[in-house]
Amino acid sequence: MVLGLVALALVAAACAPNATQSALEPRGPYAQKSYDLFVPVFWVAVAIFVVVEGLLVLFVFRYRHRRNQTPRIPAQVHGNTRLEIAWTILPTLILAGVAVPTIATIWDLAAKPTGDVLEVNVLAHQWWWEFDYPGQQILTANELHIPTGRPVYLTLCAVGFGYGTPVPSQGGPPAPNACQTGPPDGQPPAGIGGAVIHSFWVPELAGTQDVVPDLTNHLTIQADEPGVYDGQCKEFCGLSHAYMKFRVVAHTPEDFDRWMADQKAPASPDVSGPAEAGKRVFLETCIACHAVAGLETANGQPVLANGGPNLTHLMSRDCFRGCTLATTDANLRRWIENPRAIEAGSFMPDYGLSSDEIDQVVAFLKTLE
Amino acid sequence: MASVSVPAERPGGLLRRPHATTGFWSWFTTVDHKKIGILYGITAFAFFLIGGTEALLIRAQLARPDQTILEPAVYNELFTMHGITMVFLVVMPLSAAFFNYLLPLMIGARDVVFPRLNAFSYWAFLFAGLFIYSSWFLGGAPNGGWFGYAPNSVLDPTRGMTFYAIGLLITGIASTVSAINLAVTILNMRAPGMTLFRMPVFVWMGLVVQLLLAFSLPVITIGLVELLFDRMFGTHFFDVAAGGSPVLWQHLFWLFGHPEVYILVLPAMGIVSEILPVFARKPLFGYQFVVFSGIAIGFIGFGVWAHHMFAVGLGPVANTAFAVSTMIIAIPTGVKIFNWLGTLWNGDLRFATPMLFSIGFIAMFVIGGLSGVTHAVVPSDYQQTDTYYIVAHFHYVLFGGAIFGLFAGIYYWWPKVFGRMLSETGGKVNFWLMLIGFNLTFGPMHILGLQGMPRRIQSYPASLGLSFWNMVSSVGAFVIALSVLVFLVNAIASFRKPKRMEADPWDARTLEWATSSPPPDYNFEEIPVVHSLDDLWHRKYAETEGGRVVPVAAGGSGEPAAVGEHAGEHGAIGGGGHAIHMPSPSYFPLIAAAGFPVIGYGLIFGVPAVAVGLVVTLAGFFGWALEPSSE
Repeated sequence: MVLGLVALALVAAACAPNATQSALEPRGPYAQKSYDLFVPVFWVAVAIFVVVEGLLVLFVFRYRHRRNQTPRIPAQVHGNTRLEIAWTILPTLILAGVAVPTIATIWDLAAKPTGDVLEVNVLAHQWWWEFDYPGQQILTANELHIPTGRPVYLTLCAVGFGYGTPVPSQGGPPAPNACQTGPPDGQPPAGIGGAVIHSFWVPELAGTQDVVPDLTNHLTIQADEPGVYDGQCKEFCGLSHAYMKFRVVAHTPEDFDRWMADQKAPASPDVSGPAEAGKRVFLETCIACHAVAGLETANGQPVLANGGPNLTHLMSRDCFRGCTLATTDANLRRWIENPRAIEAGSFMPDYGLSSDEIDQVVAFLKTLE
Repeated sequence: MASVSVPAERPGGLLRRPHATTGFWSWFTTVDHKKIGILYGITAFAFFLIGGTEALLIRAQLARPDQTILEPAVYNELFTMHGITMVFLVVMPLSAAFFNYLLPLMIGARDVVFPRLNAFSYWAFLFAGLFIYSSWFLGGAPNGGWFGYAPNSVLDPTRGMTFYAIGLLITGIASTVSAINLAVTILNMRAPGMTLFRMPVFVWMGLVVQLLLAFSLPVITIGLVELLFDRMFGTHFFDVAAGGSPVLWQHLFWLFGHPEVYILVLPAMGIVSEILPVFARKPLFGYQFVVFSGIAIGFIGFGVWAHHMFAVGLGPVANTAFAVSTMIIAIPTGVKIFNWLGTLWNGDLRFATPMLFSIGFIAMFVIGGLSGVTHAVVPSDYQQTDTYYIVAHFHYVLFGGAIFGLFAGIYYWWPKVFGRMLSETGGKVNFWLMLIGFNLTFGPMHILGLQGMPRRIQSYPASLGLSFWNMVSSVGAFVIALSVLVFLVNAIASFRKPKRMEADPWDARTLEWATSSPPPDYNFEEIPVVHSLDDLWHRKYAETEGGRVVPVAAGGSGEPAAVGEHAGEHGAIGGGGHAIHMPSPSYFPLIAAAGFPVIGYGLIFGVPAVAVGLVVTLAGFFGWALEPSSE
């Protein structure tokens, strides 16, 4: 029966019905390395399983006490040293065989890729992901865009609310990274005290790497084909842990360059109609946390706050709020109306905007393409 | 009490030493290891029902995608409490129940070495459990996972994790005291002739577990105190901004947490090692190897903790080292499994319920062990860690392993403890329902994890393609619940039967069956003299020169009556053991333990209660130290 269950499980696992976040379907060389270790070890385990459970079932049937049989007192066998040695050494050899490729792959995956590598800083917040392309003045949220066929070397940082990193500004220095750059006295970066542990996981492209406040971890991912790959925070990180998802969008190199160029452009400061009213509301309330490159306050200051996602190209993203809501008018409205009704523990408060004001803000957000 | 009480003059005595050894109130003052074992068992089983209910709520929430039966705050409390309950309030105390009840009987002793300390352990455990559960009504239950990772566990604004830290500190006191008590009992209280290598494997596993507890609990104690200080007094042990380290918590937690896994499963391994020989009518195959494997597991168990942390970023050196140590610990575990198979080989296997659960244990534990090896393959673990694949793995170890083993023990020793048999039909229904429900619940979780379902998520979208197996898993959980219900009915029904006074219903091999069922207060009228491993078996059977095993002729047997036969030879001991002096009951263990939760509430709600709690505990210890041995 146990065998039957396992066989059933294997069949089911083999024909996974449209699982979009599956470690069993690697789509790049780094996920492949994990997979290529898992599969042979799995079959070794199946072989051992069959032998051990087979013996168990065999003994249970062969030596069962049969009804009407006269009670038998079997020979009182106390053990067998040779057998003991055999079943100590045999598993040791099997495990040694498993250990060799395991260790080789540990070191392989830990090495920084060489050659043409794209570097991206990943900032994990409660409960969304921020992606910072150093030197590129690009800061996006919940969607990590990468080119195909090129290793992407991620630096993973956990950050607390309002982590104190300036957003990239026109012509300014590359966006400093909260977990790489602290104040000059060697102290940890401001705001990191509020950070908790997360874990970056996009199973079709690589295994997990935890995002830990006092460590600067790295992970290499790579996609072979253009496509969208689902990812999710794996380490319990508080109230809305289940809703801290993201997606990796892999483009052909040409499409990726085009995307980069689009993202570098600042938002147009000129909007009209309801959007203009919405922009005023935005400048009164939303700028406490959200930056929009190219936008200026009434007294000419750039909008650079960073408690929440940078919204410069909000509408270029298909999803928001930890990539669990599609970027539609209705969802944006619902979200602005009362974020905490949607996301338990959300850091975004309900500003009590009137229905008209919300419409205007949504109209403004729609211009941020 | 069997002792002849001698009224003593004790002017001014506030709480005179109680006498009653029967009746409701005697349970509060008892120092009898058997009664304390029963208390542990009942309490742990009550928590098992609560923790199981929490699991059912979790499975109800996850049965279908995008459900909102439980909001995230409640869901987080439920999975946290489920973990804490099952680990600290169910499997550990249920194992303690068996240890308490059986260790003295198995080594031919009349009680543990420190009977009042034993009662104190139980009461401290009970109060800790009640303390933790009271958090539901006092501002929210712990919600940071049983693993309580900092900084999340420090930053959480509710009181839950403070209850967690204080509650677990109290259970830690209970477990440490009990560990020392039982270890000393095993080492010092053995009957004449009971050398270490004549001890039943269950006693050996008991010794290993007590030593694991004694050495691992201090580590979690440090972690919990630091967590408490960070939460309450503004220290910065785990605060990066002030130079602390969240990874420190993980090291402290898992340096305790991995030995803890063996604390949970070794008792079950010991139980199974007792049951298989009885129902195969053969001695345990490779006794010394099973014992040494248990010891090896205990030692190596302290060197594998970072395999819970492969994805943390400790670097390739640490990951390599812990991958290798984790693989090594699989070897003694495998040795045990092969020896159990060797025990079954050529046996005369009788499939009574204890045997069914024991074989179920082996079958399920093998699966948990093998999936464990896939975690040691670090790059593969990068995918599996923190997914339902892990949830599947450790439930195969802790449910398929520990709980199946403990159920085997419940069915096996029930007649010893209560003098009544559980229904065999009920037992078989219980076993098959539980086996099927268990595999339905946790088997699919392997697939769910590999297909991308992380742990500890309150909900998942339909688009992930995880809906089918989640539904299967939830159905399975209710089948398990049904099996537990069958057990409850069986247990209650057994008390409607007359007490069956047959001492040795299973034709067993070890000393606890050499006395009546249930045993008298003093266990053995005359302390048995042990001549071999499986001493009781050798009193009943002998091997002829041709190697055939034949029952020993009546009179030379070790039937309980025979033990008493010799009683008359000793003038001092009258019939029925009336002159055997047993420790008197005491109020003070209960009083001393009662102060702990009061101190805990004081830390949370206001300092005066701390003083009250301290006074109560100190008064308890004071009275304890000064009370006469009997009065």
